[in-house]
Amino acid sequence: MKLENYDPLAGKQLQILDAEGKITNKSLEPDLDSETLLRMYKTMMLARIADTKALQYQRQGRMLTFAPVKGQEGAQVGPMAAAQEGDWLVPAFREMAAMLYKGIPLKQLYLYWYGNEIGSQFDKSLRVLPVNVPIGSQINHAAGIAYASKLQGKRDAAITFIGDGGTSHGEFHEGLNFAAVYDSPMVAIIQNNQYAISTPRSLQSKAGTLAQKAVGYGIPGIQVDGNDPLAMYVATKAALDRARAGEGPTLIEAMTYRLGPHTTSDDPTLYRSEEEVKAWQAKDPILRFRKYLSNKKIWNKDKDKEFDDETKRYVKDIFKEVENYPHPTLDEVYDYTYAVPTRELKRQKAAQQQRYEEEGDQ
Amino acid sequence: MAEKTLLQAINDTLAQQMRKDERVVVYGEDAGYEGGVFRVTAGLQKEFGAGRVFDTPIAEAAIVGSAVGMAAAGLRPVPEIQFSGFMFPGYNQVAVHMARMHNRSRGNYPQPIVLRMPYGGGVKALEHHSESLETLFAHIPGLKVVIPSTPYDAKGLLASAIQDDDPTIYMEPKRIYRAFKQDIPEEEYTIPLGKAKIRRKGKDVTVVSYGAMMHDVLKAVDELKDEHFSVEVIDLRTVSPIDTETVIESVKKTGRFVVVHEAVKTLGLGSELISRVNEEAFFHLEAQPTRITAPDITVPLPRGERHHTVDVSRIAREIKRVATFE
Repeated sequence: MKLENYDPLAGKQLQILDAEGKITNKSLEPDLDSETLLRMYKTMMLARIADTKALQYQRQGRMLTFAPVKGQEGAQVGPMAAAQEGDWLVPAFREMAAMLYKGIPLKQLYLYWYGNEIGSQFDKSLRVLPVNVPIGSQINHAAGIAYASKLQGKRDAAITFIGDGGTSHGEFHEGLNFAAVYDSPMVAIIQNNQYAISTPRSLQSKAGTLAQKAVGYGIPGIQVDGNDPLAMYVATKAALDRARAGEGPTLIEAMTYRLGPHTTSDDPTLYRSEEEVKAWQAKDPILRFRKYLSNKKIWNKDKDKEFDDETKRYVKDIFKEVENYPHPTLDEVYDYTYAVPTRELKRQKAAQQQRYEEEGDQ
Repeated sequence: MAEKTLLQAINDTLAQQMRKDERVVVYGEDAGYEGGVFRVTAGLQKEFGAGRVFDTPIAEAAIVGSAVGMAAAGLRPVPEIQFSGFMFPGYNQVAVHMARMHNRSRGNYPQPIVLRMPYGGGVKALEHHSESLETLFAHIPGLKVVIPSTPYDAKGLLASAIQDDDPTIYMEPKRIYRAFKQDIPEEEYTIPLGKAKIRRKGKDVTVVSYGAMMHDVLKAVDELKDEHFSVEVIDLRTVSPIDTETVIESVKKTGRFVVVHEAVKTLGLGSELISRVNEEAFFHLEAQPTRITAPDITVPLPRGERHHTVDVSRIAREIKRVATFE
């Protein structure tokens, strides 16, 4: 796949697998083994089920505020399937599917959204930074990782996700520009899910596509059907090849849709129509990928049912573990403030400890 | 008179001031069509149109920087930062331009801006949604910083801030947005900026606080009602400029001083207040001035947040200790 064949200014968009599960671009269909294809599918399913359950738990008052991924799983597993083990994932806050694919256990992600920082203490060998809440700021971390990788003579790239709203942020410009001038191995993926909370894409940017913003940085940009995991795989693979060849960053715009609320505190019915949501439900990445795998004869209804039941049980068990997980202690909230605690902080902690002993921890 | 929550009082005041003065404009992330994530600006776009009440791209530097420009061109902008923890990209514009333009232009371009933002913890929120960052603003010359604790004050202070020619950071205690209602006048009124309010008269110990914490202080004082000492409670309402006069007058009477805030200890408002007490009432002191604050740690996520929270029993205990110190 040649990125230059998909000029976003010429209205091009990469699609390989359409909403019906049919291959629309045979020459670009990636030659993925069934193990990889199944891992992509199962990760999307796990994310979808974990998301649905978490929403249920939240409504029952058992889970806290979280940002559902529903609808965007394809835009995330495609790129992560294209990544190599040494590549970094620098997420925003809606990348559960990408993080699961990279190997972060569901328990960690649930613990984080459950309100415990220990959920962000990932196995460092996975090379995944914690969830990043301040919009757009993660792109500069990816630019730094990519710069360091190059300086250290490594071939590892940094893959970062940002939203359509994030592209309005000054840091989006600064990060892409910083990575571009030094040809740093960074792949920036915009998940254009059409809304930044209530604000529609049309109020974020006058640009016809978000991919075309790449032009100003002198790097390639490509718009992709973000609900097509195969197209996302192929575009990211091309971008990673470029990155590893020392040719610098690439900007990928995944056209997708947030089927759920921004977070559980948000009510999307205030700002978008049911018809619009329905139209996007028909383009669900999981539906089309399931059809694709069935057509390839590596998946079927029985297997799907079995996997679905098994995963629901697994998710339920994990959530139980999370609910039973001990809440952070005084040591945990103090001791990561500095590598070595200061005298003042030690004093404050001791005083608080003494208060707890006298009055009890609340 | 009408029963209003703090949130409704702010919404009413914005509408009232916009009706009165067409130079007032309101905008921010999700602040237009949706009326804000907390619905503080709900209904305003409908009444005043999408020109004066609008949604912005996610870009805090643009939100604050454009207010500086609008003010120079004669408007009175009231932009919103969605959560105070997200103000940092806009902080550049606050510190380097909004606070200094009046001085830099030798008075040509005053900055009648009110930058609103919800602040504070105790709402089981995600990271960056629970901070108390008032010091970062109070430290900058040229800014005024207002933190109301009641619907009545929220209305009067906001009206004053909008009519004031200086830039004001208006911090809204989100924990008590809807916590209680108060009977407040429907017509316009103002409360002078920089003027504290004595919430309880007392003669043995002075306790200063502001914002959401004010209510925990009052609860603590209620718990102490059978003690043999009485507590004077001062609500700062404006944390910059500080109403030093009211505080010092009280300390000269009581000889004992306690300050309570939700923000972390080091260089919090407590540091400044105790310095002023030492400077101006030192010879009246009968006990060591005391601050009750959060520890110097990042606000933990909800499951550990209690370690950061200043609770009522701690406030009561400390007040008693200071009041009875011999």
